[in-house]
Amino acid sequence: MAGSEEDELALDAVAARSGVGRPAPNDDKRWRQVDIRMRRLGYRPDGLIEALHTAQELFGYLDDDTLGYVGDNLGVPPSKVYGVATFYSYFTLKPQGLHTCVVCSGTACYINGAKSLLDAVERELGARAGTTTADGRVSVLKARCLGACSMAPAVVVDGEVKGRVAPSDLVRLLEEL
Amino acid sequence: MTAPGSPEEGATARRRRRQAEPVLPDGPVRVSANVCQAAGCLSMGSDRLFEQLCDQVRAEGFGDVAVRRVGCLGLCAAGPLVEVPEECRLFDYVSPDEPQKSAQVLATLAGKAPLGEAAGGRSVADDPFFAHQVKVVLERCGKVDPESLGDYVASGGYRALTKAVTEMTPDEVIAEVVASGLRGRGGAGYPTGLKWRTVAKSAGAGGRFVVCNADEGDPGAFMDRSVLESCPQQVLEGMAIAGYAVGASRGYVYVRAEYPLAVKRLTSAVRQAERDGYLGREVAGTRFEFLVEVRIGAGAFVCGEETALIASIEGGRGSPRPRPPYPAAAGLWGLPTLINNVETFANVPQVVDRGGAWLSSIGTEHSKGTKVFALAGAVKNTGLIEVPMGLTLRQIVFDIGGGLAGERRFKAVQTGGPSGGCIPEALIDMPVDYETLAAAGSIMGSGGMIVMDDKTCMVDVAKFFMDFCREESCGKCLPCRAGTEEMYRLLDRISTGRGSRAQLAQLESLAGMVKATSLCGLGQGAPNPVFSTLRYFRDEYLAHIDDRTCPAGVCQIGDEDIGAMPPSFATAGAGGGHTAALGTSEGGQP
Repeated sequence: MAGSEEDELALDAVAARSGVGRPAPNDDKRWRQVDIRMRRLGYRPDGLIEALHTAQELFGYLDDDTLGYVGDNLGVPPSKVYGVATFYSYFTLKPQGLHTCVVCSGTACYINGAKSLLDAVERELGARAGTTTADGRVSVLKARCLGACSMAPAVVVDGEVKGRVAPSDLVRLLEEL
Repeated sequence: MTAPGSPEEGATARRRRRQAEPVLPDGPVRVSANVCQAAGCLSMGSDRLFEQLCDQVRAEGFGDVAVRRVGCLGLCAAGPLVEVPEECRLFDYVSPDEPQKSAQVLATLAGKAPLGEAAGGRSVADDPFFAHQVKVVLERCGKVDPESLGDYVASGGYRALTKAVTEMTPDEVIAEVVASGLRGRGGAGYPTGLKWRTVAKSAGAGGRFVVCNADEGDPGAFMDRSVLESCPQQVLEGMAIAGYAVGASRGYVYVRAEYPLAVKRLTSAVRQAERDGYLGREVAGTRFEFLVEVRIGAGAFVCGEETALIASIEGGRGSPRPRPPYPAAAGLWGLPTLINNVETFANVPQVVDRGGAWLSSIGTEHSKGTKVFALAGAVKNTGLIEVPMGLTLRQIVFDIGGGLAGERRFKAVQTGGPSGGCIPEALIDMPVDYETLAAAGSIMGSGGMIVMDDKTCMVDVAKFFMDFCREESCGKCLPCRAGTEEMYRLLDRISTGRGSRAQLAQLESLAGMVKATSLCGLGQGAPNPVFSTLRYFRDEYLAHIDDRTCPAGVCQIGDEDIGAMPPSFATAGAGGGHTAALGTSEGGQP
C-alpha cells in the first residue's frame, strides 16, 4: 500500500513534529517504512497485525527488537505482541533462506501429488517443510491452500505461482535459483 | 539484459516494469481479445501473453481490434485463456512461449481464421462447460478489466448503489433482500435479509460496521479469490448497499494474506471508488457516508469464524468466543456488526438492480439464486463455475466438469472443505442445495468442490482433513484442541493398518463428542469428514483394519502392531503442547 513519495515525506514530517513512539532499534532505513505504516494506522493497537506484516515484508522475519518496537509504538504489551506473532502461521520469528519455496498442501494439490513434491525436495535438497537448507539458500514451506486448485499441484517460488508442477520440475527450478 | 516479457526476465523486473497498456481503438470495436489476468492464468504466463498480443495487434495496425485485460474466464485448468466474445470463441492453453497458439488468436482477430472448429479454441455457445451455467455473481467476471472502475461503471456497475441511496429507504433495501431469498454464501446459509434486519434493529448509537469475510480458508476453494481478482468493485458495491441498509458508515474487508493479487486489486478498487465518489464521505452525492478499509489476515483458518475474525480485525489473536451475543448485536468493538461473505455481497447489487423477485425466480424452493463453485480435483474441466441452485451433482461433474480426467472412475465429491463431507456415487443425481447437502451429511460450505477418483483413499482423505483441523485448531476449547489431535492419531493408526475395531468405535464416539461440545464451527465441523466417510465408505475403514490393505493403494501399511495406543495428548497432561504429542504419535511405537 505504498503511496507516493510526497505522501511519505509529508507523513515523515508529521512524525518528526509529533515525536510519537520510541526510537528505532538501529539506524536501518527500513524502520522508517515501518514507522510510516504505523502512522497510517493511526498508532492504534488494532493495527498490530498490519504493522507486523510490513515489518516482516521488510526484514524477512520478526525478531525481538521488531516485536518490541512495534508493540511500544502501538501501545500493545509484549505478551500480546508475542501472542499474536506466534498465533498466526504467516509470521515467522526465525530468519528465512535466500529463496522461498512454498508447496501448496490444499485438498486438490494433496490428491494430485503435493506429497511427492515435498518428498522430492527433501530428498534432493535435504530440507523438510518448515526448514531451510543447510546452506541457508532455500526455505521450504507448506501452505494450506493457495487457491490455485485448478492447477494442482501448485508451488510458489520466490513469490511466483507455478501450476501443474512435477517433482523433477520443482527440483530443477530450485537448483537453478 | 533479458528482453522484457521473456521467460528469463525475473519476477521483480516484471513487476517493476509498468503494466502494458491495453489496445482500445478510438472508433467502434469490431472484435476484441479478452486476456484472463486472474491468478490461475497469470501463473501460466498470461501477463506476458497480454503484452505479446498487444504488441502484435499494434504492429498489424488494426483500427477496430481491442485487446483487454479481464478477470477469470472460468476454465482455469486450461490457462492461459483468451476469449474473443464477438466470435464466441475461447482459446485455451495460449502459452506465450508457443507462437502458433497466439497466431490462431490473431487470425481470428484479423477475420482470416477458418470457421468453426478449425479456428482453434472452443465454442463458448456449444461447450457444455458453459451451457449449464447461469452468471449472477460472475456476470462481469471475464468481461470487465478488474482494475478499471470505468469498465465496471460502463457495464452497469454502481447503478444499484445509486438507486438504493437516492430512491430507496434502508427498509426498502432490506425488504428487497428478504424477498430475494438470498442466503449466506459462506457456508451456513443463514437468510441474508434476516441478518441485515437484525443488525439494523440493534441499538447502534456508537455506530455499526459492515464486514466482508474474504478469509477463504477452506483448502480446495477459490471462489472468493476469483471474484475479488476479477470484479472487486461488485463486492464493494454490495458492502456499500449493506452499509446503507443497516445504517453503518464503516466497512472492513478481511482478506487472506495468501491472496496477494486479490489484496492488490481490492485496495486499488477502494481507492478508485473513493476518488469517484462511490465510497467515502458523500456516497453518490448524498449524505450517506461509507468508508472501507482492507485488513489482511495472517494465515489462521479459524479467522473465517465470525467472532475470531472480529478478534483479528481488532488486532488480536483470532480466538472465537461463545455466541450469543451474536456479532449482529455486539461485534467489532462491541458494536452491531454485519458479517457476510464475498459471494453474498456480490449478489446484492444484482438483487437491488433487478429486484428480489428476479433472484428468487432462480434456484429451488428453499435455496434461491445461484452458487459459485470451485471445481477441482480429478475432473477434466477444473475451474470456476456458477450454477443455479438445484442442478444435480452429475450435471456439475460430468457435463460442466467433462467427467473424470485420465479415464478414471468417479468415487466421490467432497464439498464444504474440512467441515464438509464426501458424497458417494450412489447420490450423484441429488440436487445441489443447502438442505439436500446437509441431509447427505455434507454442507454447502463456501463452494469448494473436489472430485475424487478411485485412486483416492477415503480413510486418507479423512486423515488429511483431521490433520488440517488439528493444526488449525486455535486451542481455546478442549474438545477441539485435544479431540482433533486424538482423532488424527486414531485415523493414523487405522490408515497404516495398526488400528482395531475398538479404535474405530472410539473414533466414532469421540467424533460425536467433539461435534457436540466444541466452541466454534471449526471444532463442530471437524468430525464431519469422518462421519461422512464412515457413512458411505465404512468398508474401506474395515479393509484397513481387518485385511490390513488400502483398497485404493494410497496408504502405507506399516508393521503389524495392534497393541495399545501410545500415551495421548489428552491423557498425558498439558505442558507438552501440540508438538510434543505429535512427536510420540508419529514415532509409532510406544
